[in-house]
Amino acid sequence: MTDQKLPQAAPEYLQSDMPRRDFLRLAWIALIGVATVEAGVVGTGFFLPRLAAGEFGSIFKCGSVDKFPNGSVTPFNEGRFYLVRIQDGGFLALYRKCTHLGCAVPWDQTKKQFICPCHASVFDQNGAVLNAPAPRPLDLFQVNIVNGEVQVDTGKPISRDRFDPAQVVYPT
Amino acid sequence: MTEPTLTRPPVWQRIWRSIVREPFTGDRRSRLRLVMNNLILHLHPSQVPARTLRFTYTWGLGGLSGLLVVILAVTGMLLETAYTPSPDKAYTSILALSTRIWFGQFIRNLHHWSGNLMIIVVALHMLRVFFTGAFRAPREFNWLVGIALLLLTVIANFTGYLLPWDQLAYWAITVGSSIIVYIPLIGNGLANVLLGGPDIGPTTLLNFYAFHISIIPMAILVLMSLHFWRVRKDGGLSLPRSVDEPPVNKDENVLTVADLVRPEAVWATVALAGIVLWSAFVNAPLEALANPDASPNPAKAAWYFMGIQELLLHFHPLIGAIIVPTLGLLGMVALPYMDSDMDSVGIYFRSRRGRWLALFSAASGAMATALYVVLDEFFIDWAGWFYGLPAIISNGVLPLILLLLGVIGYYEFVRRVFRATKCEGVLSVFVLVLAGFIVLTLVGVFFRGAGMKLMFPWQIVTIH
Repeated sequence: MTDQKLPQAAPEYLQSDMPRRDFLRLAWIALIGVATVEAGVVGTGFFLPRLAAGEFGSIFKCGSVDKFPNGSVTPFNEGRFYLVRIQDGGFLALYRKCTHLGCAVPWDQTKKQFICPCHASVFDQNGAVLNAPAPRPLDLFQVNIVNGEVQVDTGKPISRDRFDPAQVVYPT
Repeated sequence: MTEPTLTRPPVWQRIWRSIVREPFTGDRRSRLRLVMNNLILHLHPSQVPARTLRFTYTWGLGGLSGLLVVILAVTGMLLETAYTPSPDKAYTSILALSTRIWFGQFIRNLHHWSGNLMIIVVALHMLRVFFTGAFRAPREFNWLVGIALLLLTVIANFTGYLLPWDQLAYWAITVGSSIIVYIPLIGNGLANVLLGGPDIGPTTLLNFYAFHISIIPMAILVLMSLHFWRVRKDGGLSLPRSVDEPPVNKDENVLTVADLVRPEAVWATVALAGIVLWSAFVNAPLEALANPDASPNPAKAAWYFMGIQELLLHFHPLIGAIIVPTLGLLGMVALPYMDSDMDSVGIYFRSRRGRWLALFSAASGAMATALYVVLDEFFIDWAGWFYGLPAIISNGVLPLILLLLGVIGYYEFVRRVFRATKCEGVLSVFVLVLAGFIVLTLVGVFFRGAGMKLMFPWQIVTIH
């Protein structure tokens, strides 16, 4: 019986001390883990915001740069933002949702301030907090100036800790 | 052809037999078998200890919660046939309930009031279980299931609140969902997913609708079944006893049919009659169509969140809206594992001393909270006193430390001065915090006017 072929030992790099049972258990746990992650990704992905063009959340074309005099605040109700042109001619798009509890903040033209009706937070023309309880300035939307036209992307509010002149967009 | 010697029973009798499995004859054995053979009655064992029937022990609150679930399911399914979950049609479909649909307003009232009542009943049920010490072994896990059911009840109410798409709904959900944003790290993303964008819109309504009519009710159904099943598996209700009575392990049993089922049916009928009467005469609120351009002043969350909204006026949002409620919730979860004194199970408020301590703690918690609310309105200014520090420290961590020291100090106080046992100490702290939370909710609902300023209820005018 010596000429009968013995099963060949596996090459060294495939050998392991782990019993087959333990390996299979580990494989099952790993597969269940992967399946859970997959289900989580699919479940979350399905609920991610689905936005259509022209709604709040898309890019708003606000018109030519010259339409907005320096020091003006123009509300865009559909886009839920104010287009602010500060004194030196730069643009800011302020999301009108109060950073405290989400109320719509109206612009007070005589006081030149945004005053929240809900909890009396006050913001200046740049959206910076003048009076708590709001914990941070009004959020910004990205302003782009394309061929002399102001465009505001309402897809993603940009939160900020303080007003910084670098946030202002200037027409070139 | 010969006639068969045995005549078969008539067909209607055979059909009836196929449904009921066994004829009911009314004797003792038949009564026991009836419970075992009936799907719904089988929620109960066939016999129960006589003293668990005592109405003033349970107040029928668990059963009442179950009844409300049934009313909500039936009226909810009816309302689904009349409602369109889109911003341009939702409000008019709610209006149609009161103008074009027979009994539409009545069905909506039933649904609205039952939903709100359910929060109160479930909370009271939980208090009953706490005050009688019934959450202790082997019922610890069912206490946790109960907490999950309480949260689901609140979420069901919250998601339903948006559906009428009126000003009340729109701004209450705006305020409520803005609280979510303050959860560290994931808050913004979570709010974005729930609302389907940074702000309330058509996707929000559809999401809330789906949660309200399918996901949440399904979860409630599953957990409710688990809850009922565990009540039986954990040996039924804890046995009530009076304050000086030694522990009872066994009690005389009575038959479920009809000694338990009869009072249950009576209580359910009385409760149903009360809800129906109330709903016949008091309409569910409906304000003007939602207007995203104009927040009403004051803008308030739903009443069951007003305690948290009130906390926001006294703490930095992260502390007030997230840390303090989370600590409260964790305390509730930890409760059966911290307080395992088995000697007082079944006795309301643990002992004679426990009763006095509960009363004393309720008064202390209510008065201390009311005092702080008034002082904070006119005098306390954490942010001003510690001007150099960031707001999260001055207006958040510092008052939080004060609050925690107060609670721990109170525990030590009742332990030393009143010689309270550990479990009476836990009871005192629970009642202290509960009374504080109730006062915060009442202040938020009734004593906050325009700009959330403190004022008397008759001075409040809502500006639209």
